[in-house]
Order: sequence, then C-alpha cells, then structure tokens
Amino acid sequence: MLTRSTALAACLLAASPAFAGKIFVSNEKGNDITVLDGTSFEVIATFPGGQRPRGITASPDGKRLYVCASDDNLVRVFDTDSYQELPSLPSGPDPELFVLHPSGNPLYIANEDDNIVTVVDVETRTVLAEVPVGVEPEGMGVSPDGGIVVNTSETTNMAHFIDTTSFEIVQNVLVDQRPRFAQFTADGKSLLVSSEIGGTVSVIDPATGEIRTKISFAVPGVLPEALQPVGVRVTRDGSKAYVALGPANRVAVIDGTTWEVTDYLLVGQRVWQLAFSPDEKYLFTTNGNSNDISIIDVASDEVIRSVQVGEQPWGVVAVQ
Amino acid sequence: MRHLKAAVLAALVWPATVAAQTEIRAAVLRVDVQGRPPVSRLDLPPDDLGLAGARLGTADNATTGRFMGQTFITEEVTATPETAVQAIEALVARGTRMVVTLADEATTLALADAAGEGVLLFNARARGDELRNDQCRANLLHVAPSRAMVADGLAQFLMWKRWDEWFLISGSHPADRALADALRRAATKFGARIVEERTFEDTGGARATDSGLVQIQAQIPAFTQRAADHDVVVAADETGLFAAYLPFHTWEPRPVAGSAGLRPVTWHPAMEMWGGTQFQTRFEKQSARPAREEDYQVWLALRAIGEAATRTGSGDMAVLRDYMLGDQFQLGAFKGQALTFRDWDGQLRQPILLGSGPIVASVSPQSEYLHQVSQLDTLGTDRPESGCRIDRKE
Repeated sequence: MLTRSTALAACLLAASPAFAGKIFVSNEKGNDITVLDGTSFEVIATFPGGQRPRGITASPDGKRLYVCASDDNLVRVFDTDSYQELPSLPSGPDPELFVLHPSGNPLYIANEDDNIVTVVDVETRTVLAEVPVGVEPEGMGVSPDGGIVVNTSETTNMAHFIDTTSFEIVQNVLVDQRPRFAQFTADGKSLLVSSEIGGTVSVIDPATGEIRTKISFAVPGVLPEALQPVGVRVTRDGSKAYVALGPANRVAVIDGTTWEVTDYLLVGQRVWQLAFSPDEKYLFTTNGNSNDISIIDVASDEVIRSVQVGEQPWGVVAVQ
Repeated sequence: MRHLKAAVLAALVWPATVAAQTEIRAAVLRVDVQGRPPVSRLDLPPDDLGLAGARLGTADNATTGRFMGQTFITEEVTATPETAVQAIEALVARGTRMVVTLADEATTLALADAAGEGVLLFNARARGDELRNDQCRANLLHVAPSRAMVADGLAQFLMWKRWDEWFLISGSHPADRALADALRRAATKFGARIVEERTFEDTGGARATDSGLVQIQAQIPAFTQRAADHDVVVAADETGLFAAYLPFHTWEPRPVAGSAGLRPVTWHPAMEMWGGTQFQTRFEKQSARPAREEDYQVWLALRAIGEAATRTGSGDMAVLRDYMLGDQFQLGAFKGQALTFRDWDGQLRQPILLGSGPIVASVSPQSEYLHQVSQLDTLGTDRPESGCRIDRKE
C-alpha cells in the first residue's frame, strides 16, 4: 500500500474512488503512454503521447504529466487523472530529457540538436532562457534547493552547472564518454553522473566540481562494453543508489556511503531509466528491448515482477 | 565575456595545463582522382565530400573548446595525386602537425613519407590492408576501416544467417581484387565456403546509356547462370562498375551482399541507434545533404584529436598522439561502444554497419563472436597476425 499525503488523497479520492497511485511509462516507438495502477501494477490505460515520447516527469502535486515528444519538438502535458491533453509547452528542437524545479516551475529541457538548455515557464508556457552548453545535451539534474541545474553533454563529455537565477554556466566538470544522466543526492552534497560509453558513474562534489570517486561495474559473463550506465536514482536517505546498465540488462545497487557496488539485479533487456514509487518502496525500470518494466522491491533489492507495457519503453514516473 | 568566464571556471576544475587559450591546428587534405562517374547518379560525389565532416568535427570540438580554453582550426586543402605531396609539404611548412587525408593507398603512403616523423596523418579513405601490415607507418593512423574489417563484418552476419556457401563475383581492377582477397580471407576465418568465383571484366564504356537497362537485364542473368549451388552472391566491386546491377538480375534467386545489396559501411544516412540521429541532424543542418562514409571518417579523425586535446589540455601533436594510442583514450562516435586505436597498427577499432537500401539491417561484430581483448578485434587484422613491425614505445 502506498502512503500519500492525506489532503491530496482526500482530494483525489473524491474525484476517483479507486485511485491508488499511478505509474506512467513513455513508449518511444509506440508513441504512447502506458498507465499502471500503483498498487496492483496492472495496466489500466494507454493513451497517445505524441511522436517519440521519451523524457517523462510529473508536477510535484502529481496532477500534471510532462512528456518530451521528441519528434514533435514540444513538451506535451496531460492530466494524470483523466489523461486529457492540456496545452503543450514550447521546448526547443528535439527535447529528450528535462527536469522540473523542485517548486514545480520552471522546466529545464535538454535540446539534443541545438546544444542548448531551454528554460520554460510551465504556467505562462513561455521560454525564459536558452543556455548554450556542450554538444548533445541530455542528462538534467537539479539541486534540492533549486539553485543549480546540471546538464550533461554527450559528445562534449561534461557536466555543466547552470545557475538557475542568472542562467549562466558557473562550472564545468569533465567526465567519461557520453554522459547520459545527472542525479543529485537529497542532501545536495553529491552529484552522480553516468557515462554510458565510458562505463562509469562519477560522484562529484557539487561545491568544488571535484570528482570524488568513479564507480565502475563488472558482471561475470557480461562483456565490459555492454555495461553501459544510464539512469540513476538515489534513495532520499542517501543509503542506496541504483544505476541502470543498459544492454547488460541489470540494475546495479550501490552503497551510498562507500559508493561500492553491492549487487546486480537482473531486469529486462536494455534497461535505461528508473523511477521510485513516491513512498520509495519500489523502483521501476524501463526495459526498451523487451517492452516491459521491472519492479524492484527496494527493501529487499529483489525484482518482484515484470509487466508488459508498450513498444520500446523509455522513461517512467510514478505519482501518488 | 561568457567565453572568458567559462574558460576561467574550466581552469578551476581542470587545473592541469589549461590557463590561456590553446590553439589546436589540423588540416584535411583531399586528393581527388578523375575517374568514371558511379553507376548511379545518387552516388555522385558532392563537392564538399569529407570536408563537410571536417567542418562538423571542428564545430563539435569548438563547442567543447569554449569550456576548456581551446580553439580548433582546420584548414581544408584539395589536391590531385600529382600535387598532393607538394600540398602536404606546404601545410607542414605553415606549422600544421596533424593532417587528415582522403587519398588512395599509394598517395597516402607518399604523403606519410613526405610529411615525416614530426607530422601525424589520419587516413580517412584508403582501405588497403597492406597499409596496416607490411607497409604500415609510425606517423599514420587509420580512421577508415581496412578491407579486412568490412569483409569480416559482413562475413559474421552471413554466418549468423547460416549462409555459408558464397558465389564470389569480383571486378577486374586492383581495388576489386584486393577486396575479393579480403572476402576470401574472411570466408576462411569464419568458416564460409566460396563455391563459385567469377570475374566481371571491365570492358569500358559509359556508366549509363539511354535504355541501357535492356542490355543489363539480359547480361547479368547470363553472366551468373550455371553457378554451383550457393546461398548468397558476394560482390567485390570497389570500383563501383557492376555490383549495383546484381540484385534481382542473378540467374538464381539469391540475395546479394558486399558491394551491393547488404553493404558493410562505417556510416549510413539512416543510422539512428546510439544517438546517431543527433549526428545526422547536426550534419544535415550544416551541409544540406546526408553524411557519407568519408564525412563520418573525417569527423572521427577530428573528434579523436579533439577528445585527446580535451583530456590532455594540450595542442602538441606528440602529446595528443601518445594519448590517442594509450589505454585512457576512448571516443564516443554513435556506435554503442567506445572506439579506440590498435597500438600495433594504428587502426581505429569500430563496429561495421550493414546497410540494406534505406535502412541499417545489422551491426557487426555479431554478439556471438567473442574475443579475449575486445570484440572489435574480431574485425580485421588482430595483433598476433599483424605484419606491422613498428615499435611505438620508443
């Protein structure tokens, strides 16, 4: 059973008595969004997500769903209750991944084709700024206090630290080949950047830009070049980090203190993105080549289920 | 001002050697040979062939350089086989120490020898296996694949399909014969049998004539009839004179691979995996045409230079060369894994795409072919069999 804020639950229950949290999965090839019930993990709906839906996130109140419709060159917005489409947001060309400010506004979008990060006000639906970054911006992370947004550029191989007030780059950190994802720890004291081709996750001190350690991976019987870290999530208490290893079909479990890998969990094929349930009891993984998501029990680090979704699932978000 | 700020901040987190602006100079030298036009007008070479790849590579390097305090300058030179040596001597005299070459095998060797030890060349066109073996040079790296690499990439896929009986048809020019040699070697290496072999003689003539199809439709079936039972027709036609006519005209209904049909290439305009779409759209926006293999290969060379410059903070050729040939070097290039240089023959390891008309049908190495060092070393000449005898560790 998922825990949720009482006030919000009351409000949502009034609208829809059966509501018990939902999981939204963007299907890159299927051009749709699969919705799963947050308790039973059954597929309860599928709706069109625009052309090539990839990055997916939800507003802090869980009411609005944002989807990077990469081939439509915009961010599509949906009501998480009715699945009705709301007015789209401008995104700049080829949006792939984005991150919401902790307050829910603005949205910071990586534009792969134009070497820029676009900052969009989700209320007025206007572009606030365009920040030039490295070649092929992709990963987007935001510090817990909302002061810094980090973008990773896949061909430049840097993490760019952008001041969210001035929209200026204040720091660049060189990491290994093809950085895909940036994730701050909840205390803001570490930034994890995954390098898909380099095969490492850099743990960066955001204050100094220093790389404290690099996590690398090894699985017996799996070719080293198949160990390609992409999605990264860290538990709120900072005790554990999870890293999706792409074509290695595994999620690595990492000790949040020592940064040592403690386990590898076998999931579906080509695992890319990860999301926790709001209560952090479960971790969901998108497995692009087996068209399913795996559900990991966070307490025991066991894969408890896999559920078929649409064609080539890319991103996932769970709302309360 | 922002550039200056970025440079200062980059220096903070990258205190090694970058303080002032470093200039990294390179050149691309394309040696054009007048030949007959290709069979299909779709394959006519664009004026900026290869040079467009240089422009994109330089632009990509410059974007990164902005954060590192590095500027990248790439000079573009075109020459003929007669003027090529003179052209590289002029580049060297102007202080250029890294040159990407688009030239045939003989010219590539002449350029390497004329440039001398203080200059590093990146071969972005010549596929000759001898350049990677007996004729290898210490100052010559290869970003273009060898014929052995493309032949092995194709052979792995054909074996995966269990198409192990090949009908090999080769052209009569030296490059065609060299490709046929590479295909024979690949057949032996991966267990295929060449059950029939024929040579398609070049008797001259125009590439196309009005209503020329009538003759082709009669010639090719006749040329391919009464061959031993085979699974696939493999064409070795690097010159590009006849292979394009083979599909649908063979006597037996068999697929065609090699120089037509399923083609092993380093790049394909439909490649969308591993972020390839981003390279395509960036290139097409810049040059208003799809990228060709030469463009990709020149881009690879300049990105290798850029990557080494980023990591070392240096613009010095010797520093960059040592880094590129060292075990720290990794190049992301939309192939799903890092590309590295073989330290024994200077060849860039890279997956080979198998293009089929408008799509990429597969990518080799096929996952079943394993290797103790790198799966990419199942393609081409591996260390134990290399004929290159250069001691790079001086």
